[in-house]
Amino acid sequence: MSELLADFFLLRDPNVRWVLAGTVLLGLSAGAMGCFAVLRKRALVGDAVAHAVLPGVCLAFIVAGDKDPLVLLLGSVIFGWISIVLMDYLIRESKISADTSIGMILSVFFGLGVVLLTYIQSSGNVNQSGLDAFLFGSAASMLPEDVMVFGLVSLLVIIAIILLYKELKLVSFDPAYATVIGYPMKRMEVVIGTLLVVTITAGLQAVGVVLMASMLIIPAAAARYWTDSLWVMLVVAASVGVMAAISGTFISYSAPSMPTGPWMVVAAAVLFTLSYLFAPKHGEVRRWLSLKKDREKIGWENILKTLYHLEEQDKNTERARTRNEILKKRRVQPEELKKSLQKLCKMNFVSRLPGEPESYLLTALGRERAERIVRVHRLWELYLTERLNIAGDHVHDDAESMEHLITPEIEQQLAVLLGEPTSDPHQSAIPYRHSDKGGDV
Amino acid sequence: MKDQNPPVEVHDLTVSYQKKPVLWDVDFSIPESKLIAVVGPNGAGKSTLIKAIMGLLPSVSGHVLIYGKPLDVQRKRIAYVPQRETVDWDFPINVRELVTMGRYAHLKIFQRPSSDDKERVERALEEVGMSAYAERQISQLSGGQQQRVFLARALVQDADIYFMDEPFAGVDAATESAILDLLRDLRLKGKTVIVVHHDLQTVSDYFDWVMLLNLRLVAFGPMETTFTKENLQKAYGGQLNILSQVLELTRKKEFIREPGHE
Amino acid sequence: MATFWIILTGSLAAAACALVGSFLVLRKQAMLSDAISHAVLPGIAIAFLLTASRNTVPMLLGAGAFGLLTVYLTEKLSQGRIMSDAAMGIVFTTLFAIGVIIVNLFAGQVDIDQDCILYGEIAYVPWDRWFYAGIDLGPRPVWILSFVLLLNLAFVISCYKELKIYAFDKNLAISMGIPVGIIHYALMGTVSFSTIAAFESVGAILVVALLIVPPATAYILTEKLHVMLLLAVFFGVSSAISGYYFAWWTNSSIAGAIAVMTGIFFALAFAYTKWIKSKTQKELKEAQIGQSVILETTSN
Repeated sequence: MSELLADFFLLRDPNVRWVLAGTVLLGLSAGAMGCFAVLRKRALVGDAVAHAVLPGVCLAFIVAGDKDPLVLLLGSVIFGWISIVLMDYLIRESKISADTSIGMILSVFFGLGVVLLTYIQSSGNVNQSGLDAFLFGSAASMLPEDVMVFGLVSLLVIIAIILLYKELKLVSFDPAYATVIGYPMKRMEVVIGTLLVVTITAGLQAVGVVLMASMLIIPAAAARYWTDSLWVMLVVAASVGVMAAISGTFISYSAPSMPTGPWMVVAAAVLFTLSYLFAPKHGEVRRWLSLKKDREKIGWENILKTLYHLEEQDKNTERARTRNEILKKRRVQPEELKKSLQKLCKMNFVSRLPGEPESYLLTALGRERAERIVRVHRLWELYLTERLNIAGDHVHDDAESMEHLITPEIEQQLAVLLGEPTSDPHQSAIPYRHSDKGGDV
Repeated sequence: MKDQNPPVEVHDLTVSYQKKPVLWDVDFSIPESKLIAVVGPNGAGKSTLIKAIMGLLPSVSGHVLIYGKPLDVQRKRIAYVPQRETVDWDFPINVRELVTMGRYAHLKIFQRPSSDDKERVERALEEVGMSAYAERQISQLSGGQQQRVFLARALVQDADIYFMDEPFAGVDAATESAILDLLRDLRLKGKTVIVVHHDLQTVSDYFDWVMLLNLRLVAFGPMETTFTKENLQKAYGGQLNILSQVLELTRKKEFIREPGHE
Repeated sequence: MATFWIILTGSLAAAACALVGSFLVLRKQAMLSDAISHAVLPGIAIAFLLTASRNTVPMLLGAGAFGLLTVYLTEKLSQGRIMSDAAMGIVFTTLFAIGVIIVNLFAGQVDIDQDCILYGEIAYVPWDRWFYAGIDLGPRPVWILSFVLLLNLAFVISCYKELKIYAFDKNLAISMGIPVGIIHYALMGTVSFSTIAAFESVGAILVVALLIVPPATAYILTEKLHVMLLLAVFFGVSSAISGYYFAWWTNSSIAGAIAVMTGIFFALAFAYTKWIKSKTQKELKEAQIGQSVILETTSN
C-alpha cells in the first residue's frame, strides 16, 4: 500500500502524471462552474445535461468508429446543448413545470443512450471495449491523448470563468437587472450553457455521466458553508473538487476494476459533511455551541435576576441567600442552578459566602447587571401595554425572553420613547443606573 | 433642452401574461424632470407596465421610445430599482459588490471596474447612508437597508430615467425619508423618475405627476388636475367589474394549471 | 411465452408508475422520483449482501429505509445554507455512489451488477420463477408488480377526492381538513414501492421515465384528473409494448427502448397540442377582439 501511495503521489508512473493532471483540472473547473449552477438554482439541470450527453457520445462512436476523444467531445457537446434547449423550450411552450421537464429529458435521453450503448455492444464492434467507462468513469483507462483533450477543455472553462467573472456574477444574481442595463442575455445564456456542457463533457472519462452532476453540486454546496464571498466560494469549491478528484483517481489507480466516479462522489461528500459540521461560522457544531452558550447565558441571567428580586422583596442588599431560597423563588433544576452560580461567581457578579449551607450575595457589578435585565424587562412590558395595547397580564412571558435579547441601543430607544418611566405596568419600579439617576448607593 | 423628445413615449402598449391580458392599449408620454407615481389597485399591472417599458416582458402590440429612439440603443440611459423580493439575498456578495454592479452598464466585456467607478460607488454608498455597511453580506441587512443598497446601485448607473418598483414598500420611516430626499435630488439634477407606488396617502406629497392604472390607463397628468376623486373612483371603483369578470373567466378556463404555478 | 412475460412485466411496471407518477407531476415534485430511485440502491445492495438472496421483503425494507433517509437528509440540509434542489442532488447522488461501490466491492456476493442497476433485467424476467411448495407460479417480478399495481389502484381509488384536492391546491386541502401529511406520505410510500418494484426490471434511471413521462404526456392533453390518469396508464403501457419491439428490432436494451418510446409518445402529443393551438389561434384572436370591445364599453 505504501509503495502504491509513493508511486502515486511521487508521480513515478508517467501515466499517473497524465491522469492526475486531467482529473485535477476537471475538479477545478467542475467545482468553480458548479457554484454558478447552484447559485442560479440550476443544480438538477446539470444532472439532466450530464445524463443527456450519453447518446451523443454513443452516436459519435458509431459515426467515427473509434474512441477519438475530439469526436466524442463534439457528440457530447451537441447533445448537451440539445438537452438544454429542449428543457427551456418545454418549460416555455407547454404547461410542463421545470422539474418535470428536467426529469423527462434526463430519463428519455439516458434511455436513448442506453439503447445506443447496448446496440454498439451487440453489434460487436471490437473497439467498443471501454465505452461503458463513460457511465461511471474510469480514470485508469484514460490515455494521454484523452487527457490532453479533456484537460484542455477544463482549462478553457477555468480561464473563461476568470475572464467572465463579473458578467457571471451579475447574471447569476439579478438577471432582470442585467437585461435592463443592456446585457446581451441570450448570448450570456449561450455562454453559460456552453460552459456547463463543456465542463460536464470534460468529466466523461474520469467521473462518468451518471454521477457527473454531483461533481458540480457537492463542492459548491460545501463551499457555501465556508464563506459569504463569491470568489472565495469559487476557490473553496475548486479546491474541494480537486481533493475529491485526487482521492477518486488514487482509488481507481490502486484498484483498476473500481469505477472512479462513485469514489470521487463519496470523497466529495465526506468533504461536504466536514464542511457542514465544522465550518467556522456556519457549521452545525458552531451553531450548536452558540445555541448552548445562549441557553447558559439565559440561565445565569435568570438567577441574577432572581437574586435581585429577592433583594427587592425585603429591601435588603446585605443578606446572602442560600440555594434553597433561590429555588423557592425560581423553579430551576438544582444542578443547573449550581452551574449558573459557579459561572456567576467566576464572572464576579455574585460572591459566595462560606457556611453551612453556602449562601450567595450580589456584588456591586452583579447588581448593576441584574438591574439592567430587570430594567429591560419592565421597559419592554411597558412598551407592549402602552404602545401596542396588549393587556398587562399577557406581557410577562414575552418580556421574559426579550430581556436576554434587547441590545443597549434598543434599550436606549425604548427608554426615550417611553419618556424614561419610573414604574412598569405592574407598578414595580424600573431601576436605572445610579450614575444617571443619582440615587443612593 | 438637450433633447426635444420626451424621456418615455408609450404607444398602444398591450401586454398579456400566458394569454391572460394584463395591460390594455396603454398610450402616454412622460415629461422630463418629473417625479411620477404609478398608482392602481392590486393586479392593475403597475409593475407589468414598467417591466414592459424596460423590455423585461414581451408586449403583444405597441412600442416604446426612450428619448425618441428604440429601447435597445438607449439602455444606458435607464436605471432600474426592482422589488426587493426579486433577488436571492443569500447570494454570496457584499453591499459594495452589489452597488458596483450598477457600473457594469458602462463596462465592456472582460473590463474590470476602474478607480473612477470605485469612487462613484463609495459616493453612492455615502449618499444612501450605507458606507458603514459596505463589507456586509447582503443577507445581513434590514429591509430598508436592502432598499437603500438597490437605490445606490441605480444611482451609480448615472442614467437619465429611473424606474423604481415599490421602493417604499416595507421600509422604515428613516429610509422612507432618505429615499424621498434622493428622489428630489434626482429631479433637481433633471432626471425623470417613475415610481410604482402603493400608498395613496402619500402620493400627492411625494410626486409631481400621477398615473392611475387599472389594466388600462385611467388617467395621467399633473397631480392637481389628475389625482381627483373621480379618477380614483374610476381606477379603484366598481366600474371595471365586467372586465374583471371576463378576465376571471379566461383564467378559470385553465383550472388545472393553476396550482402553485408561480 | 417469454415475450408475453416481458411485455406483461413492462406493462405492469408502467401502469403502476403512471398512476402515482401523475400526482408527482401535478405537485411539481417530479425530481423526487429521480432522487428516490437512485437513493434506494444502497438499501437494495445491503439487503442482498445480508440475506444473500433476492428475497423481496428485506429488499423492500432496505430500500424503504434509504428512501426515508433521503427525504430526511434533504429536508435537514435545505434548512441551512443550500437550496432544496442542491440538497436533493447531494443526497441522492452520494447514496447512489455508495450503492455502486458496495455492488462493485462485493461483486462476488451480490447478485446485481452495474448493468442491472442501469438497465434492469427485464429480459431475464421469464426465467426468474417463483416456486411455492414446489409449484411453479410464474415469473416472480410479475407477481410483485401486480401486487404494487393493485396497491396503487386501491390507494388512488379510495383517496381519489383527497388526492385531487391535494394535487390541485395543498393549502385548500389543509383548510378543508384533509390530512395532507398522511396523503403526502402515503403517496411517497406508493412511489417508493413502485420504484423498487420497477427498479429490478428497468433500472434506477429509466424508472424515472416511467414515473414522469407518461403522466406528463397525459397532462398536456387533458385538464381532467381522471382522464389524465387513464391516459397516463395508456401511454405507459403503450410505451412498454412498443419499446419491447423496438428493442427487439434494434437488438438493444429493452428498458432503454421503453424510455425512448415514452419520449416519442410525449413528442407526438406535444406536436398534436401545438397543431391544435395554431388551428385555434384565429378563434383566439377573435375572442380577444371581443374582449377589447367589452373593455371599450366598460371604460366609457
